[in-house]
Amino acid sequence: MERLVSGAPTRRTLLNTGAGLVAAATLPGFLAHGALAAETYPPIGTYPAGSAGDSVFIGISVPRTGTYAVQGEDELKGYLLAIEHINAGDPLIKKISPRTTKGVLGKQLKYGVADSEAKPNTAVQAQSRFISEDKAVLFTGSTSSAVAVALNKLAQREKVVYVTGISGSNDTTGKDCVRYGFRQCFYGQTAAAALAPVLLKTIGRNKKAAYLTPDYTYGHTVQHSMEEFLKREGGWTTVTNQVAPLGAPDYSSYLLNIANSGAEVLLNVNWGHDAVLSIQQAKQFGILAKQQLVIPYQIPFLSKEVGADVMAGVLAATDFWWTLQDKYPLARMFVEAFDKKYGYKPEWGAENAYMSFAMWAEAVERAGTFYPPAVIKAFEAGQHIDSMVGEVWMRAADHQLVRPVVIVRGKKPSAMASPDDFWEVLEVVPGEGLMQKPDAFGCKLGDYT
Amino acid sequence: MITWPNFVSQLFNGLATGALLALISSGLTIIYGTLGVLNLAHGAMFMLGGYAGYVAFQATGSFVVAVIAGALFLVVVGAALERVVIRRFYDRPPEDQILLTFGIGIVMVELVRFGFGSLSVSVPPPAWAAGVTPMGFLIYPTYRIVVLGIAAVALGTLYIVLYRTRLGLMVRAGIEDSGMVGMLGINVYRVFMMVFGIGAMAAGFAGIVNAPVVSLTPDIGDSILVQTFVVVVIGGVGSFPGAILGGLISGEILSLTSMVDPAYSQVMLFVVMTLVLLLRPQGLLGQRGRA
Repeated sequence: MERLVSGAPTRRTLLNTGAGLVAAATLPGFLAHGALAAETYPPIGTYPAGSAGDSVFIGISVPRTGTYAVQGEDELKGYLLAIEHINAGDPLIKKISPRTTKGVLGKQLKYGVADSEAKPNTAVQAQSRFISEDKAVLFTGSTSSAVAVALNKLAQREKVVYVTGISGSNDTTGKDCVRYGFRQCFYGQTAAAALAPVLLKTIGRNKKAAYLTPDYTYGHTVQHSMEEFLKREGGWTTVTNQVAPLGAPDYSSYLLNIANSGAEVLLNVNWGHDAVLSIQQAKQFGILAKQQLVIPYQIPFLSKEVGADVMAGVLAATDFWWTLQDKYPLARMFVEAFDKKYGYKPEWGAENAYMSFAMWAEAVERAGTFYPPAVIKAFEAGQHIDSMVGEVWMRAADHQLVRPVVIVRGKKPSAMASPDDFWEVLEVVPGEGLMQKPDAFGCKLGDYT
Repeated sequence: MITWPNFVSQLFNGLATGALLALISSGLTIIYGTLGVLNLAHGAMFMLGGYAGYVAFQATGSFVVAVIAGALFLVVVGAALERVVIRRFYDRPPEDQILLTFGIGIVMVELVRFGFGSLSVSVPPPAWAAGVTPMGFLIYPTYRIVVLGIAAVALGTLYIVLYRTRLGLMVRAGIEDSGMVGMLGINVYRVFMMVFGIGAMAAGFAGIVNAPVVSLTPDIGDSILVQTFVVVVIGGVGSFPGAILGGLISGEILSLTSMVDPAYSQVMLFVVMTLVLLLRPQGLLGQRGRA
């Protein structure tokens, strides 16, 4: 019996395994989804030690300080609500993961939270600890693609499943994709493919564009995708691309270059507080009076921080906006539950977080085991599941969720029905037609074991 | 993108940015130059001044009151910190002082985050300084031009206090030989407390003056702290005129290099700092042995 579990057997593992054997003997068909099937897989990563007890552990690292702190907190709230719902067997979770009763495969979810500061090293250290000390069966959290890419690599090396948090870079499920990593949210390519036609329709063709781009994988790939689409489809030219480091304390020099560039449209790829600061300063420099502002990758709380007057008429691509509850029943359930618990309407970071965990729970239930290769194959089966933006499914070839992109436009303060009513949903663009071929960005997933 | 109008624009922007950097850095260099303490809580004090001003602005609606509140609050915080904690570390090794002030900074940031959250808050510029000013082919935010003036006046005042008053004389004498100054009947520790208060005030003042230019978040001091260190290293650690020169040079580097390749403008700051450290380790206006 010692051979069935890695490490020294404890009284609990012995009892659990014993119980499984008894159950297997008494319940026909148990082997298909039962605990015994789980016990027969070879050890890998934190399996089976991580799921030997009556609970399993999830490592969460989000930025709670620094440029992306606000978005990290929102994301964390989404994770915590999902854990609460999964553990309690909430009706919303059951809509997404019909096999869920309480917990995942009957085990309660426990978790640890670390501040990643949006820095890859910090996140990797924290998650390595969760993996080695807490035997995490799943880890998550990024509000920066640099972190997501680093955690992708950690997942593949440690053979523990990772679901990205917010990550807009094409690379996350492109050249830096891994077998052990999965992404729920939209990204540069789909943002550009969904937003560009709307821009051409509302702003016109042959425009001169300026870009403000954060200097890392997210910024570069999103900027590149936008530029490519607008050039190819609408003849737009790029007059300047101002690349600034993450967390720049001042944007004056970049903005002067943009002011003097003759651009007609300003596409601001910056994110988190960088977006807030650069937009506020662009207004101070009188740029927004002359150039149409566009946000290719929407930032949670942006309008709240910058002000609806500044964001009125601004076009953006996003993952989710709470007024989609009028269209999708699951969105309504989520918005109501979130608002009740936290006292505000969830932003897309929280929605992405909730869905990531819900989808993992669904995959594990379907796999009937926490054995990582089996969970990965369950994801890769491409099961169509209901989400807050309609039906979605995981693309097996690059582990990118096929999901719609939501195009929104900032409302004028006078048009807002409530203090949270910042964006008007213009379109929900189906995801399948927006995505590149799975290998177009050089994705090679790697091994299962 | 080098064009003549853009070059002139960036040259002016470098001056305005540099003046602000000089103002922010002055507090750091005053404290180090006189007390020998490298104050890593300087960025947090900068942030705290902004928030104190924000609270005052919310209560009164007056920008002037906000500026006074931001500066005075930090005088009190700085003096209290010196009296209660910092004073016990003058005889301790520099690494202890660094850890201490680093820790104080973290406490300040997290207290503000606890009280105000991470969502940014804004202090608008006074009505007469809002909007933009057309300057020929250059359009520039009016308030940033005002900041240039405020920084010049503030730095001039600090210079007079440190170099032309009895207090300044005591401070400078205290650094050279605090024992002798004490024997002359001057309470050196009281002078040190005032110096720390003034240094903190400079940070707080800069924080609230800078508030309408940026929006305030608890983390705003982090990136500023890095830049102020670059400024004082270039100018000369502990040299007050050095902070001004370093600030202006840094402002121009950030602005002018952004025309060539914006991705490298921040990097160039560190390249220049490295060159200064190699060729003139005490900084441009620093004195050998003090730094």
